[in-house]
Amino acid sequence: MKKLNDLDYLKLNKFQAFLYNLKLFFCSIPMWLKKAGLKIVEFFKNCGLGIKNEFVDIGTTFTKGNWAVKLSFFIFGFGNFFYGQILRGILFLVFEIIFFAYMFVPSGGIYWLSKANFFQTGNTVGNVQGGYVYNELYDTDVWVNGDDSVKVLLYALLTVIFIVAFIYTWRLQVKQCRICMDITAKGKKVKSGKQDLKSLVDDEFHKSLLALPVFGIAAFTVLPIIYMILIAFTSYDAAHNGYANLFTWVGLDNFNELLNFGYGGLGLAFGEILAWTLMWAFFATFTNYFLGMFVAIMINKKGIKIKKFWRTVLVMTIAIPQFVSLLYVAKLFDATGIIGKLLLNWNLLPDSMIAANQLSLWLNPVSAKILVIIINIWVGIPYIMLMATGILMNIPQDLYESSRIDGANNFQQYTKITLPYMMFVMGPYLLTSFVNNLNNFNVIYLLTQNNQLINTEIGTAGGVSVCHTDLLITWLYKMTLNSAETKYNLASVIGILVFVVVAVLSLIVYNVIPSTRNEEDYK
Amino acid sequence: MKKATDNKIRKKGLGVKAGRGIGNTAVYIGLVIITLIWLFPFFGIVLESFRVETPMQVSYLWPHKFGFDNYIRLFKETDFLRWFVNTGIMGVCTAVLQTVFVLAMSYGLSRLRFKGRKFLMNAMLVLGMFPGFLTMILIYKVFSDFHLIEQMAPLGLIIVYCASSGMGYYVSKGFFDTIPKSLDEAARVDGATRLQVFYKVILPLSKPIVIYTILMGFMAPWGDFMLASYLIHENSQGMSVAVGMFEWLSKTMVNTNYTMFCAAGVVVAIPVTTVFLLLQKYYVEGVTGGAVKG
Repeated sequence: MKKLNDLDYLKLNKFQAFLYNLKLFFCSIPMWLKKAGLKIVEFFKNCGLGIKNEFVDIGTTFTKGNWAVKLSFFIFGFGNFFYGQILRGILFLVFEIIFFAYMFVPSGGIYWLSKANFFQTGNTVGNVQGGYVYNELYDTDVWVNGDDSVKVLLYALLTVIFIVAFIYTWRLQVKQCRICMDITAKGKKVKSGKQDLKSLVDDEFHKSLLALPVFGIAAFTVLPIIYMILIAFTSYDAAHNGYANLFTWVGLDNFNELLNFGYGGLGLAFGEILAWTLMWAFFATFTNYFLGMFVAIMINKKGIKIKKFWRTVLVMTIAIPQFVSLLYVAKLFDATGIIGKLLLNWNLLPDSMIAANQLSLWLNPVSAKILVIIINIWVGIPYIMLMATGILMNIPQDLYESSRIDGANNFQQYTKITLPYMMFVMGPYLLTSFVNNLNNFNVIYLLTQNNQLINTEIGTAGGVSVCHTDLLITWLYKMTLNSAETKYNLASVIGILVFVVVAVLSLIVYNVIPSTRNEEDYK
Repeated sequence: MKKATDNKIRKKGLGVKAGRGIGNTAVYIGLVIITLIWLFPFFGIVLESFRVETPMQVSYLWPHKFGFDNYIRLFKETDFLRWFVNTGIMGVCTAVLQTVFVLAMSYGLSRLRFKGRKFLMNAMLVLGMFPGFLTMILIYKVFSDFHLIEQMAPLGLIIVYCASSGMGYYVSKGFFDTIPKSLDEAARVDGATRLQVFYKVILPLSKPIVIYTILMGFMAPWGDFMLASYLIHENSQGMSVAVGMFEWLSKTMVNTNYTMFCAAGVVVAIPVTTVFLLLQKYYVEGVTGGAVKG
């Protein structure tokens, strides 16, 4: 499409300019895709190149290295011993011994790997099914343990991770041996164990700082998430819980079930819940954002007294644990609650609801949704208010003064100075808050769980009853609660889809909204 | 001509002043209304906690008869005290451990440069896009082998709250970023190791963010329902207040436990709110700092 130059652009009237911008936006989409494609190609090219370089490097290390370096290809840390780095040598050697011991002992790594049948559709995870076997001693059937698929999969996954770590360590120590060789060839001394330890609080301080948090994240976030991604390709549910019944690899069946819009599929329920989740996140974020900013401007207006008091009043909703305030407020709007009763007595409910015997706002899908958003304003505004207060104080006052001289009124100042400034600074926060709202379990679950009646349910989906106000996250939660209807496999698929939604949104937002990284742009 | 514009300006100036007076009144009215809306539920819960004529939900606000029956029942007939202690212990432990984790992570990412730093930050960004609850399925299975669920759930929950808390490094990293680098360099020139720079130079300057992190850690167990309910699994001995009190409002129990819920709510809210309002200043600093830096 033809790009206009500045002079031609200024000639357009407002409507034409808007159309022009819109067109520009859509015309640039193919360019983005092309750019993204090129980036992906480049990424793989770089990866390929990196791997190739690694192999070349390993090759030269082997051919050019002396006998100690060559031997360390097989005995971990041999080169370190040879060059006097006893501490590192011991660590490497111990790692190798543990690795081989773990892999080859009975019921060690190899054993678990052979049982897991990774991604072989139709095969079970684990291969010995437990069952009742007649026992002569007790003269009755006795349960004999078989494999537990949950454990088999976990140990197999850990083994895979261990193997990757092994390869990495092997590469690391080979590299170190070569560096040692080079250093000694130059006539310098290699680092001793004592120096190594010392550098842990100095040049290598990041290692000691990050070791614990990173290990925590690896063990309690990365590992479970990889595990759940694997679960998405199995039939792990209440009927196949791995212990009483082995579960199987099912390929993409779970994805098919969730995205199947025909009869028997969960596509419609999923679509409806996803639509409401997005709508909820949108309204929850933007109502809070604009009203919160409005309240902040009110409180910070010149001449308003006891600012601290007003602020503290609002902050009360952050201070009081959410489950207390939300559960109580939800009850207020019940048909028997104080506000609910008032609405009934004053005939404020629509006739159609009364006719359908929906005597409180919770009992009608539409009104329940609106009410959830309104109550969320009550909990959400204070955060925005605090943030906006901080930002408002940073807006240069001379902007207001000069605009006043130019004849701007309050409203114009708000739309032309305050709002754009806040938009700019809080842009990234809006995205975070949108994502948080997508997964806002507390507000939805605490407000609606005890109040929903049958007529607000979409129906049963994925073995659990789903309400109109349920988000993907509450649906996921209900599916995994320990009951006869647990569906871990579908829950994992939902989790993955939530990730996809969030990732796509984030990518778009980061590419479209001007980022705060170069704050100078605005000023 | 000049006089005309002068007049115009004067008129406008007057208008602004008068407008501000009227505007302020309007703002005051608005703020009073907001205050009423915001505080109404809290007044309601306190009043209802003292209502003794019926434990059911009623449609009037002012109790017909006041008394402490609900509070007495709360501590005599239920496990509430146990839940309260559980949650309190969780709050303190989480506050301490989480602070260590978060500060180590954010300091490392903010002040130190090393290979893999960008990768680490991007990895955490991507991990954060998964719903955190997803991890609980495996954690539940593993913890049940270690007996860290049900009765021992508080211990298990402390581990869950703290282990991955390094991922919430954003706010405190934003804070560390604002401390001038020249401080580090000066100390380094004087021969301090990086560890010494951390606890002798930077940490004393970071009081607000340390308190903010402690506060967030302390509040987490009080507000969390999802993770706690999953690990506790309806075992009364291991419950936190949120999980325990949630049951009281279920359809089968609400008619006998409603006022008791209000009383328990007041008991829970008083310590948490007091701590929060006392440290409000630091909270505001953390929140606003985090927003501006993203």
